[in-house]
This record gives sequence, C-alpha cells and structure tokens, in this order.
Amino acid sequence: MARIRTTVDGLVYEDDVEPRMLLVQYLRERLGKTGTVIGCDTSNCGACTVHLDGLSVKSCSVLAVQANGSEVLTIEGLERDGQLHPMQQAFHDNHALQCGYCTPGMIMQSIDLLGENPDPSEQEIREGIEGNLCRCTGYQNIVRAVQDAASKMKPGSSSAAESTSGAGAAQTVAGGGA
Amino acid sequence: MTTTEDPTTGTQEIGRDRRRKEDRRLITGRTRWTDNQALTGLLHIAVVRSPFAHANVNGIDTSAAKQVPGVVAVYTAADLGADQVQLPCAWPITKDMRSPQRPALAGSRVNFAGEGVAVVVARSAAIAKDAADQVEVDYEQLEPVLDMEDALKDGATLVHPELGTNSNAQWVFDSGEAGSGGDVTEAIRKAESDDDQIVVKRRFRQQRLVPVFMEPRSTVVDPSGEQLVMWSSTQVPHILKTMLALTLGMPEHKIRVIAPDVGGGFGGKIAVAPEEVLTLLVAQKLGKPVKWTETRSESLLTAHHGRDQIQDLTMSVTKDGQITGLDVKLLADMGAYLGLVGPGVPILGAFMFNAIYKIPAYRFDCTNVFTTKTLTDAYRGAGRPEATFGIERLMDEAALELGMEPMEFRKKNWIKHEEFPYTTVSTLTYDTGNYEAATEQAMQMFDYDGLRREQQERRQRGDVKQLGIGISTFTEMCGLAPSRVLGSLDYGAGGWETASIRMLPTGKAEVVVGVSPHGQGHETAFSQIVADQLGIGFDDVEILHGDTQSSYKGLDTYGSRSLVVGGIAIVKAAEKVIEKAKPIAAHMLEASEGDLEFSGGKFTVKGTDKGVGIADIALAVFAAHDYPEGIEPDIDAHATFDPENFSFPHGTHLCAVEVDTETGMVSLYKYVCVDDVGNVINPLIVEGQVHGGLAQGIAQALYEEAAYDDQGTLLSGTLVDYTLPSAADLISFETANTTTASTTNPLGVKGVGEAGTIASTPAVVNSVLDAIRHLGVKDIDMPTTPYRVWSAIQKASGTAGRGDEANIASPGAGLGSTASDISKGDTQGGHL
Repeated sequence: MARIRTTVDGLVYEDDVEPRMLLVQYLRERLGKTGTVIGCDTSNCGACTVHLDGLSVKSCSVLAVQANGSEVLTIEGLERDGQLHPMQQAFHDNHALQCGYCTPGMIMQSIDLLGENPDPSEQEIREGIEGNLCRCTGYQNIVRAVQDAASKMKPGSSSAAESTSGAGAAQTVAGGGA
Repeated sequence: MTTTEDPTTGTQEIGRDRRRKEDRRLITGRTRWTDNQALTGLLHIAVVRSPFAHANVNGIDTSAAKQVPGVVAVYTAADLGADQVQLPCAWPITKDMRSPQRPALAGSRVNFAGEGVAVVVARSAAIAKDAADQVEVDYEQLEPVLDMEDALKDGATLVHPELGTNSNAQWVFDSGEAGSGGDVTEAIRKAESDDDQIVVKRRFRQQRLVPVFMEPRSTVVDPSGEQLVMWSSTQVPHILKTMLALTLGMPEHKIRVIAPDVGGGFGGKIAVAPEEVLTLLVAQKLGKPVKWTETRSESLLTAHHGRDQIQDLTMSVTKDGQITGLDVKLLADMGAYLGLVGPGVPILGAFMFNAIYKIPAYRFDCTNVFTTKTLTDAYRGAGRPEATFGIERLMDEAALELGMEPMEFRKKNWIKHEEFPYTTVSTLTYDTGNYEAATEQAMQMFDYDGLRREQQERRQRGDVKQLGIGISTFTEMCGLAPSRVLGSLDYGAGGWETASIRMLPTGKAEVVVGVSPHGQGHETAFSQIVADQLGIGFDDVEILHGDTQSSYKGLDTYGSRSLVVGGIAIVKAAEKVIEKAKPIAAHMLEASEGDLEFSGGKFTVKGTDKGVGIADIALAVFAAHDYPEGIEPDIDAHATFDPENFSFPHGTHLCAVEVDTETGMVSLYKYVCVDDVGNVINPLIVEGQVHGGLAQGIAQALYEEAAYDDQGTLLSGTLVDYTLPSAADLISFETANTTTASTTNPLGVKGVGEAGTIASTPAVVNSVLDAIRHLGVKDIDMPTTPYRVWSAIQKASGTAGRGDEANIASPGAGLGSTASDISKGDTQGGHL
C-alpha cells in the first residue's frame, strides 16, 4: 500500500492505495466520484478523461500513486456556485450528448482543447477530441458545442474560463470519500 | 385555485427544438449507471471464459483460485445449476426451428471463444479478476465451425452434434405462393431467354459488427428483500423480468428489474444475458448483493454481435429499366446460440429487400446457420440495413449493366407519391411517402450535377484523388410492431406499448411509460407530447421509466418503436384523462358534458367564458369533497396501444467520397440526407438521431468488422482493433427533412432511430466503387479499408503487390478491419 494525498474537485484526500490502482478506480471506488466512467480497457475511448494539474489525462492510464501531490478536476467539480461551466452549457445547448456516457470525458477533453487553442477550426476540434469516442452523436453536435463554448469563453466574453485553482480553501478529508 | 401556466402558453410544444431534460445530470456527472451502484456488502464476480472456439471441458480446478485472499467462492456451472439453464429465444421463426440449449455457464462443452465456464466471487472486482486467472480448465479442443457454406455441407463438423445439423432454420417468402406477386423463378427464367431483358446476379457480404454501446454491460442483484432487485444496463427491463421468471422458474412478482441510466444500446442490450442470470444465481446462493461489470474486451468478445450474412441476389430487368423480378437467397450467421430475437433478425429483411420499388415477382429464402462464434442478434436496424444494403448495391449494379444513370433507374422503379397507400410485393402496406420530394431536395442540397462535373474533371486529369458519388434511396419498417403481425411470424410476444398518466393534486403529471430509453431523449420528447395533449407546462411533466415497480408493464425500446408505439400510448392515456375529467368539469361548471370543449388545458362551456383547468380538476378529485354521483374521484389513466401497421420512414442519402488511388484511403467529402420521418416532435433530437445513425452506417462501410482467425479467435477483441470512427474520421453531415405524415397513428410520426444507419452504408460503398470503377474495380467487401481499396485497384490494374505486408500499417484501418485478409495469410495469431 502507498499513501497518497491528492486534491480532487477542491477537496484534499489522503488514502492508502495499492500501487497498481488506477486513478479512475481510485476516483470511482474510493472517492465515489462515479461521474467519471470507464468505457474500455485499452485507453482508446477517453470516457475517463479528467484534468491532472490542469491538463487532460485518461485516468485509466494514470496510476493513483502518480496523482500524489497533484490536483485532479473531474466533471463533478466543474460547476461553480451552481453555474454550469460554459462547456457543460454548450453541450446542453447544442444537443451534444445522447446517452451521456462519453460526455464527462468529452467535456473535460474539450476544455483542455480550448486551453491549448482558444479558437480552433472544425478540423482542429475534430483532431483535438480524436481520443474520445462517442457512439451516439456522430460528433457533429459535439463539434458545434465546442465551437459555441469557444466563442463564449473568448477573453472578454462574460463566461469565465475554467480555473482549477479557484475552488477556494480546500478542506482536508482524511481517509477520504464515500 | 390557480392553474400552473406554462410561460410559453400558446406555443405548441410538438415541433419545438426543446433542449433535453435528461442533460443536466449527464453533463455534471450525477449519473446512475449500473456500475455506480455501491451497496453495503456488495460482492463482485468475474467470469472465467474459454479461449477456444470449440472444446470439451474435461475438468476445472478451482482450488488455487479459492486460496486467493478476498475470494468468497468459485463456482463451476454444475455448482450453480447454470449448465441446466435454457436462456430464452423469443422468436422461433419456423415450427421446425432447431434450438440448442444455451446455458448461463457451459458445462461439458464450449461453443465459442469467450463462453463462460466458471465464476469467481470476491470482495472486489480486481480480486475476482486476479483469481479468475488462477482457475485451471482442462480443455480438449474440437474443430471450430467458421464458414457458413462449409457448415452446411455434408460431413461438416457440427457445433451442436445433438441437433444433427448446423442449420438453424430456413425461412421462405414467395410472392407467387403468397399471391402478392408473380413467381420469381419463372420471371427470371423468362428474362434469361428474352432479348429485351437482362439478369443481374451479385453476391454481397454483410460483415459481422459489434454494437459497441459506450457503457459496458453491468448487472447488480440484491436478493435481500422480499422482491429480488436487479439493476441492469439493459434496453429491455420488462422483457428481462418476465424472462427471468420463465427461465429460472421464479415467481414473477418476486422480481424487480431496474434499468437506471443506460449508456447506449443500439440493439446490443436487447438480451437476457448469461451474466445477468449468473449474477442472480450467485446472489441467491450467497444471499448477498452481487455485481458483474464487463470489461470492454469482454464486451466485444461476448455481448452479441450483429449483421453477418452472405447475400446472393438476382434481379431481372428490362433493357429500358423496369424491374421484373428479385430473388434473394441469404445465409445468416447465428453464431453458437440463439439470442433473444436472433433468428428473426434476418427475417425482418424479407419485407425490406423490395424497398421503395415496384417489383412484380419476389422471393426471399434465408437459411440461418450455427457457427462457433459469438451469437448474433439485433444491432441498429436489425435485418433492415442488411436488406437495404443488398438492394441499393444491386440497384447500382443493374443501372451499370443497363448503362443508365443510377438515380434515373431508381426513379423508374420507385412507388410514386400518388400511388400511396401502396401494398408491396412482400405484403406490407406503405401508408405515405414522397420519394420524389426527398430526392429532389437532396440532389439540390448535394449539388449532384456539380459534383458529377467535378468527378468528370478529376477523371480527365487523372487526379490521384478520385471522386465517387453514391446513392441510397431507402425505406424501413418502424414501430415494432402490430401484435397480430408478430403472431403471424411466430414471435413470442406482442408489439403493443403502455403508458399511464398520474395527475397530481398540484396539477403536475407523472407519466409512466413502458418503453425504456438509453439516450434517445424520451423524457424530453414525451413531455412535449403530454404538454400539448393536456395543455400543461413542459416542465410540469415527469416521465417515469425503466423500473418495473413503477412501470409495471411494457415491451421496452428497440425497432424505432418508442415514439411510434409508446408515444401513441401516451396520447391514448391523455385522451382517457380528458375523458375522465369531463364529467367532473361539467359538475364544477354546472354545465352539461355535451356543452364542454377541451383545449389548451381547459374545459370551457361553448359560447361562454366559463372554464376550468385540468389542474383545478386534479385538485378537485384529490379533495373529493364534491364530485358527481356514480363516478370515481380519479382522472388518472392507463392505456395500451397496439399499432395496426408499421410506419415507413424513407429518405434519400447522397454521399461523395475521395479515394486516394495511391494509398486506398477513403475520405468523406460530402454527405447529404433528406429523411421523411413523418411529423417531428423535436427537430433537435431527430437531427441527433440521424447524425448518430449515419456515423454507425458509415462505419460499417469504412471501418468496422468483427473478424475471426481460422481457429475461431476474435481478432478485433479490443477497441485498438475494432475501429470505431473518431471525430477526425467523420465530417459534418447536411441533413434535412421532408414530411408526409403517417396516417397510421394520431401524431403522424414514423420513427427515426435507425434511419441513418439503414440508409448510409450502401450510399458510402456505392460512392467508393463509383470513384474507382473506371480503374476496373468491380466490388470491394466491407469495410472498404485502405488496404482493400488499394488491393482492389492493384488487382484491377494487374499489378497486385504484397498486400499481406502492407496490411496492418494501413492508415485508418484497424487490425480488425482487415483481419480476415490477414487470417487467410495466416500471419497473425489470436490475441485473447
């Protein structure tokens, strides 16, 4: 067992984990963060995408111990004071989800994409979310949603972009989670 | 008393592009997938699976697995009686259909790679999987049965020796015998000796696909209460409940099935899965809650597959382009066992091969075959994509032989809009449609003539990237199904659907439906229907589904039936609510019932401004202080709707692709479709369904294949090898609707869930061939991967290269998509 300390969606957790435990298993099974889901076992689908220290990762491809000392943001930590993140809102507004299983990963990846490229072309969006599979939408409305979010998240627009460190004072939850 | 006013009063809900009610929890991660269930004391199971396609099981040693700390139990089939279970097949297509016993765990013989032989129960899923690797199974390998034609030959190895044959059943429709048309054998014989006719024969292969719903299947069973509770990632909670009772001999009222959030299905979750039964058996044996969640690889290997047919098609046609006969001979691969509706899937195609065309003589002859592969069952479209592909490919081939423009040939043969209702050669009566209108709009949006010119220009200058244009004009039968028709096809159940409306004292409505969504947006679309019917607010409606405790009766979601059958049940229930409210309204208004009219949520007395709202009536019957004698104080209603006919969406799909003649890479260039799905409840949802359907149909044409090697090992057993299209592989589609309202239901709707998938595959393959036919290429099996396209071009030009080496590195083509080519070269082993 290895002891890790992570901040997840603004709360600090300390836990003993098996060295082989994946970050996604830690989130789901230990912290009860079931908003992040598992869609495959070969890191193809991206359903488990979260942010690790501000960058998107497939949490099935990161060991929980690798997240020691890091800050993790999941789909569950995106809302601020009951306000949807502009990307969440854009997914809703543009009907960019059907069954919704890929959606958490798709939203987290799309936010990361805009972090790198705030004004992507359609093709850049398509390539930017290539590592996230969706079986319902044919991606068309996801592309629209990312374009929509990009226009609303541009500097000067009213919607604030993501700030992973903006969660205020983090509480420590020893032994963590549900 | 006040009525709840919708802020958008006066606006009709039907037809609005309402944003979905379902989204909030899905975009914030507050989801209820089955695997999210965390019950106190929950145990986890892992299934030990056969790596061999066909083998005797001579012994299983579980001792090492039982020693793993955290393991609670290890069971073989006999320990649970799982080998005695007969998993249900609800569709015996013929009286003499041969059905093997399908156990929950194999006893003495396994019949496909991935079949379960033992189960490990442990404290955690990880421990269960670790321990499953410690179970030692003594297999004695048998010959696999892989090729359908070989399987039917005398002396073939039998998948199930006890059946005496690998043939499951033969199902025939003959228009001559049915009296719906002529004798096709006669028609073709005549054409063969007629100088004014030609006969076109083609063999097409419908490759095997995997539905690949994004949420892997999962089942949790809690046996601790009076009613055993099963949560399962299923499309069919009601069917599952009844089938569990019938299969296991359990009292039906002691079972509650819940389909919570379900992450896609596409037909793949229409099942009574062995693992659902296993989870239940283990939970009962231990008296503890138990969970099974599959890995993706397990899902690709063992969840049912779809398609997989060999199609031998013969068409006779006059030289001026009039079809005189169509003969269809199919072999359909059932895999090792029969799924819930598996044998009936290819039979649905019997009604669709004649498609939108007037065909005077028709015969459909399908033989279902057992092989030692994963079983096949419904996958989006189920039988209809296979038929549509066959006929739409054949239409192009016939046009080619006639030297006619492919759209002109179609126009010459399709049913004209003034000919509806039209009874087809396969005996269905199409109520409405307008193929001319949809086609005209699609051709315009596509710039058909402009693209043909561009194609010509590229040809002339010998462009490396050649342009191809493909057509698919399709129809489908939706709204499964009229119960009497299902009865005539020997299906094991009806096709009705139910809905109940519960009017709450505050004027809100809870609507309980028997259909079971998994991404379709039922909560939104049904709320729109109820809002219009009862004149209450969209937000004042709650749709309840997927739990047999609240929704006690239903036939679930598949076959584009939720709106066309389930939605109409809601309309009927709403009509009953209004009917029941009427005498109470009359009493409250001191008027006679005959003087009342209901509109906009209100009963009014004709010719006066006196009125009472439905919410007021709901409160009045709740209080029940003052209501007319002789009636019950209740306006809730339940309705069951059994459709009289199918519905028949149709459309025209046009695809342009670029084919790189040096690499074989196919890239989508333009895709236009105009679908007539009848009246539209929510255009946003309709468009989304079309997009997703297109992606799946295009993927069949270009990317996907469940391929087996010569030992029966699934080669495309992970998402590395089974190529799902990503966003970068697809383009933005241009979609539109024409509308002819269905006349078979009061909403005039036709269904949209499967249209895109059914229509798109032949449009894409027709376009690929159209791009390179001038190079001498005649046909390419699906998926038309770069390797296959490149090889076809090389072969046609007589410069075949060493394709077996180029294969795996082929861009855009996963291993799976070319695996059958590889296995012929025997260059790849299995990789379970």
